[in-house]
Amino acid sequence: MSGIIFSEVTRTFKRDKGGDYVALQPISLQIPDGEFVAIVGPSGCGKTTLLRMVAGLDSPSSGALTVGGREVSGPGPDRAVVFQQFALLPWKTVRENIGFGLKCRGMRAAAIRPLVDHYLTMMQLEAHADAYPHQLSGGMQQRVAIARSFILEPSVLLMDEPFGALDAQTRIEMQEELVKLTKAKPRTVLFITHSVEEATYLADRVVVMAGRPGSILEIVDVASLRRSESWNDRAVEEVMELESFTRIRTRLWRLLRTVDRSADGRKTPQLSIAS
Amino acid sequence: MSDGASETGRRSVGLTALSVLSVSGFLGIWFAVAQSGLLPKMVLPSPWDVVTAFQHSLYTPFAGATMSQHLVASLGRFLSGFLLAVALGVPTGLLMGWFAPFRYAIAPFFETFRFIAPLAWVPFAALWFGTGIGGPILIVFSGSFAAAVINTFQGARMTDPRLIEACRTLGASPWRLIIDVLLPSATPSIIAGVRIAAALGWQSLIGAELIVASSGVGYLIVQGQGSVETPIVMAGMATIGVVGLLIDWALRLVELSVTRNWRGA
Repeated sequence: MSGIIFSEVTRTFKRDKGGDYVALQPISLQIPDGEFVAIVGPSGCGKTTLLRMVAGLDSPSSGALTVGGREVSGPGPDRAVVFQQFALLPWKTVRENIGFGLKCRGMRAAAIRPLVDHYLTMMQLEAHADAYPHQLSGGMQQRVAIARSFILEPSVLLMDEPFGALDAQTRIEMQEELVKLTKAKPRTVLFITHSVEEATYLADRVVVMAGRPGSILEIVDVASLRRSESWNDRAVEEVMELESFTRIRTRLWRLLRTVDRSADGRKTPQLSIAS
Repeated sequence: MSDGASETGRRSVGLTALSVLSVSGFLGIWFAVAQSGLLPKMVLPSPWDVVTAFQHSLYTPFAGATMSQHLVASLGRFLSGFLLAVALGVPTGLLMGWFAPFRYAIAPFFETFRFIAPLAWVPFAALWFGTGIGGPILIVFSGSFAAAVINTFQGARMTDPRLIEACRTLGASPWRLIIDVLLPSATPSIIAGVRIAAALGWQSLIGAELIVASSGVGYLIVQGQGSVETPIVMAGMATIGVVGLLIDWALRLVELSVTRNWRGA
């Protein structure tokens, strides 16, 4: 079996005051190789926990999680993560940041350089190769973070609200960029977002999660429409005007609303674990 | 942009002028009071007497050596004790920050020893080392060490955990994490600690020389006191102040050159 497979995965955190907090109820989900899956859901529904477990930064309390047929036991070269807050090394230049993962793998500087050059060009960062992260705009910093992940040629790309800290304009540009990148070299993507539009535009399937405790409410298929109406070849604004797009977006909105309402009804205390 | 820059430029010129004004005002008042004859010359020598004493001490030995020889002796002791404190204090602080067991093993001693003033070591410094170089080094070390440890420790604990996670997902080994993440993120605190350690070490040294040395600027001050030569005492005090300032400036330059590129972090 390949791809990402969650079988009955749960995650429980110990509360400081004692007792347990169930972040994820048993989750089962299969993501085949090359699929782009977006996860939407209210804050605290455990979507970040889900992604962190695939990254190997957290582990299930029970159940099994495999990537490419192997049980996840820590970070690995087959998976790369793009964080909302970019997480670039402030004391390294753009070039050093992009090449860092290769350096960690013991590649020689002479071999790293041409690869970094390639990604600098692809991400339109040539002019900033020797700049430090704090000298760049948010959009450029996130392009560095994406380049840093792509250069490792991971088979699985994990993105945790990667465009959440960007302004609307830059965000749309980055979405188009990501579509181009994944079209050029298909890879499995797990993408967390708060934006229903973003999820609909990017994903083959959108997983809607409900919170407290986290569980999968519904999975909405977008792939067939995306293919038949060839969304990937169109501009964002054009796709967003399509009736099919609006229909899916509205459906997702409704689902999220029911989630919010049921959460209100249950009156569960707000906890800020794993937003 | 250029308007803003010249605006702040003008302001900083104005503020610098204020510093110059206050220093010259201070010297003026000192001079006036000393000249007025209200106080005997021995109690308050005038700035002019101090400058003359300083010049004189550069060529004529006082307490066995010229001012520059005393200063070289002091600087040698200071550097030995200070560098030893940094060489041991920075790794201790890093280990305390990174490894909880080490922290818990060291903390009780450290928390107690840091409250013992450097001068309290004088009896043992004299007992163990006599008037050799060991005594002053021990006292400078005891003044500098805590500052080097505490600041390094705080820096080591300040690393953004998200950076560590990000680098782990990129495949960083523990060694790479230390070299490329933990150490750089602690560097500003380490340098700040080194600056404070230098200041405290320099202060402690002079105190030590008042008691356990037969040369050095502190020794010169004590000898000046013995022979009631107050201008040379003040010349020694001024030398200590100015040299301390120069040491701090030098370390400040190191600090700026290291952190210049990633100040935004």
